[in-house]
Amino acid sequence: MSEQLNVPTMAEYMTQGKQPEVLFWVGCAGSFDDRAKKITKAFVRLLNKANVEFAVLGTEESCTGDPAKRSGNEFLFQMQAVTNIEVLNAYEIKTIVTACPHCFNTIKNEYPGLGGNYNVMHHTQFLKNLLNDGRLTVEGGQFKGKRITFHDPCYLGRANDVYEAPRDLIRKLDAELVEMKSCKSRGLCCGAGGAQMFKEPEKGNKDVNVERTEQALETKPEIIAAGCPFCNTMMTDGVKAKERESDIEVMDIAELIANAQDL
Amino acid sequence: MSYLPQILFAIALIAGIGYFTRNVKKLIRNIKLGKDIDVSDNTSLRWKNMSMIALGQSKMVKRPIAGILHIIVYLGFVIINIEVLEIIIDGLTGKHRIFSSLGSIYGFLIGTFEILAVLVLITVIIFWLRRNVIKLKRFLSSEMKGWPKSDGNIILYFEVVLMCLFLTMNATDLKFQAMDSGNIISQFIAPWFSNLPESTLHLIERTTWWLHILGILVFLNYLYFSKHLHILLAFPNTYYGKLTPKGQFNNLEAVTKEVKMMMDPNIDPFAAAPEGAEDAVPEKFGASDVQDLSWVNLLNAYTCTECGRCTSECPANQTGKKLSPRKIMMDTRDRLEEVGKNIDANNGEFKDDGKQLLGDYITNEELWACTSCNACVEACPVSIDPLNIIMQMRQYLVMEQSAAPTELNNMMTNIENNGAPWPYNQMDRLNWKNE
Repeated sequence: MSEQLNVPTMAEYMTQGKQPEVLFWVGCAGSFDDRAKKITKAFVRLLNKANVEFAVLGTEESCTGDPAKRSGNEFLFQMQAVTNIEVLNAYEIKTIVTACPHCFNTIKNEYPGLGGNYNVMHHTQFLKNLLNDGRLTVEGGQFKGKRITFHDPCYLGRANDVYEAPRDLIRKLDAELVEMKSCKSRGLCCGAGGAQMFKEPEKGNKDVNVERTEQALETKPEIIAAGCPFCNTMMTDGVKAKERESDIEVMDIAELIANAQDL
Repeated sequence: MSYLPQILFAIALIAGIGYFTRNVKKLIRNIKLGKDIDVSDNTSLRWKNMSMIALGQSKMVKRPIAGILHIIVYLGFVIINIEVLEIIIDGLTGKHRIFSSLGSIYGFLIGTFEILAVLVLITVIIFWLRRNVIKLKRFLSSEMKGWPKSDGNIILYFEVVLMCLFLTMNATDLKFQAMDSGNIISQFIAPWFSNLPESTLHLIERTTWWLHILGILVFLNYLYFSKHLHILLAFPNTYYGKLTPKGQFNNLEAVTKEVKMMMDPNIDPFAAAPEGAEDAVPEKFGASDVQDLSWVNLLNAYTCTECGRCTSECPANQTGKKLSPRKIMMDTRDRLEEVGKNIDANNGEFKDDGKQLLGDYITNEELWACTSCNACVEACPVSIDPLNIIMQMRQYLVMEQSAAPTELNNMMTNIENNGAPWPYNQMDRLNWKNE
């Protein structure tokens, strides 16, 4: 698919002597993971559509350090954080949006103590603001009346009490939002957090993502919506493990909104 | 008039409160074995949390059945203590029901106590059934075998005995029954004793009175050895609970200093250490034993009443992994007790016993099963944070022992070398744009 995405970098803005209204922090998953790259692009299409002046750091971006910190490697985390903060501060970044709740949590909560103070938003919050300001309109399109259940990412929900922004966006699609029995503050983890994404699970009798997928399947959804690239991977694997990939899709909220407008 | 009962009462009271005070001092000393952290900020929010979560039981009712049952016992406990005040004054002064001069208010109060006593009795029986007959899963975990299981039941038996003593005491108190005010429940128990002579009734009344107050003193002293300490510690624990977003893990200051130094091009790496710093022991990163944890972590451990809500919400535990956040708290307390006893036995100084929290109590496998999802923290009705302990122990494993699982070491090497947890080139970070 050859498509024209307008993705300016901070370096380009800098040479023009301009400042974007927001920095899009893509994150490692959003940059390198094949599935997550689709989310990144969907979000960019929405930003382009809404004429948002945004920029990315591109090759100047580096891991926030979240997986290192949650593994216990505070050194590596702080090295990453301090390096990133130097770049962000040099560009005088004020507002950051990211589609990864782990990046969101780390930059928002753990960078200020190391000298990085920014207004950080999750992409669902940012999209909701665009809608509220009338810069973006959403129609149900292909999702009208579809049963969609939302899996709360731990680092968006419990960690930062953001429960409503993603749900408001799903409602905007005229879709039928169905809740799992454990949702919001009691939402079950997908199993990827705390650096589990990068290792085999410890010995047990089940994988966490399968358990969570089973909870999602109980709602008889047509779509499982996620707001985190790692949750997305885990839930996609869970759906495959339950052999339901033919009739259930796992999609990011940004993809839902973008697809609804055939972007 | 003989003063003997009053003297005996005073002795029992002093002994009971004295031994309790001794143990409270020990408790405080043990908690202070933890590292100092500054939690003096935001006092108004802290008071609010304490009044909502501990006093107002706001998180207990997240599980409505257990929550409402707990509120009954909690209210019963708090309100019936007014009666204990009267017993203490009576016992010391030799008077009988000193507050009865309050008239109808007294009747109202005792009536309320009697109703609460019955409600508590019923509730405690339901609690017992939940633990022993219905066998709720969270009371059956492996860490709940032996003492923790007995401890849970002993408290319930205690409450049954205390409530029965209270009601029998009222029922056999002829003067109180003659007042016919406040005997809302005991008037129906009194007829069971009606064919007994007055002197026997008086004997029963005195016996139950004594057993009731002695029972309360024993209960008070049982607390220190029991998970039931939460009835006191829930208050400070919710006060000192975490105020920042749950996802925010604190940044280690010692590390910040070193990182800043490494990043500062003006610092001379070969410079001599500042005066007096040669002998300084470098700070240990993370925690391998209770003394490495903060005193709030240790207060958490003493506050835990082993209800298991954390464990039942834990994704790792739900899927059969070894990790149980409740066990993390119980292990921390058990080790802290062991360290405390060691200090007592060695004239106030800790003698290395070749053991530590990590390995001897909590295994690496448990620590590496955590997804850091905060479900345990969210679930705790008294603001305990097991995740914080898990993270400090992971820090020790990684930074002091380089003992992370291989896959995580690979992930960290990738971050170090190419700024991503996977082996991709940092220069390819924007390739998605053109794919």
